[in-house]
Amino acid sequence: MFAEKVFVVASLVAVVSALGMLISRSPVRSALWLILTLFCVAGLYLTLSAEFIAVVQILVYAGAIMVLFLFVIMLLNLGALPNLERVDFKKGVGFVLGVAILAQLVFLGATAVGDFPAAASDPEATGAATAIAKELFTRYALPFEMIGILLLVATIGAVMLAKHRFE
Amino acid sequence: MGVPLSWYLTLSAVLFSIGVTGVLFRSNLIVILMSVELMLNAVNLTLIAFSQYMGDVSGQILVFFVMAVAAAEAAIGLAIVIAIFRNKLTVDINNINLFRH
Repeated sequence: MFAEKVFVVASLVAVVSALGMLISRSPVRSALWLILTLFCVAGLYLTLSAEFIAVVQILVYAGAIMVLFLFVIMLLNLGALPNLERVDFKKGVGFVLGVAILAQLVFLGATAVGDFPAAASDPEATGAATAIAKELFTRYALPFEMIGILLLVATIGAVMLAKHRFE
Repeated sequence: MGVPLSWYLTLSAVLFSIGVTGVLFRSNLIVILMSVELMLNAVNLTLIAFSQYMGDVSGQILVFFVMAVAAAEAAIGLAIVIAIFRNKLTVDINNINLFRH
């Protein structure tokens, strides 16, 4: 099956590059690993035949958010900072808590595996941009407008935060 | 769809846990923000998988909104990072202890 092969490759690359983001010493390398993860997640959306969200994922995450991250890393010149990463008690606790959350999630999924819905008959129909647009501009029109206001407020807030000097 | 739903949920759980570990493990503020983005992506993957398997578009609309909020969060978070860096000249959370004294 073609979709299964794509899933296996994309998920392996996604997990490896997420781990690469976790253990990279330099923030620029972390950002580049995360971009690779985001592309793999976009590929996974394609295996689910959610084309519209896959394109939006690449445009918004890889295209806008990660460029913003890289721009800020460049602006702060973080490569010149001394590297203060060291293994201590806090990191051990972080690792244990991360594994505990993974165990919890896998346990929840394993107990609910019988209740999973069977595959829908026509996944292309719900993944198409026309189906999403129809819902977005009728039933979810008010939340859509509120998201626009939220983005405007966030833009103004970011400009104010970056402009003023807090003493 | 040939791929079972449980595969997507397992992968999403793994990615979410890596994000949680990144938030708790790293001391660089920018890498912590990136880990939050990874956690949001893991949840988005779950939403899309359930949406496609149940044949309901609402899950994808929610992912659309999550992406918009993630963009706003990244913009505000990075503006805060810049503001902190201008005052403390560091993005290491061990050195940012404004409330300790």
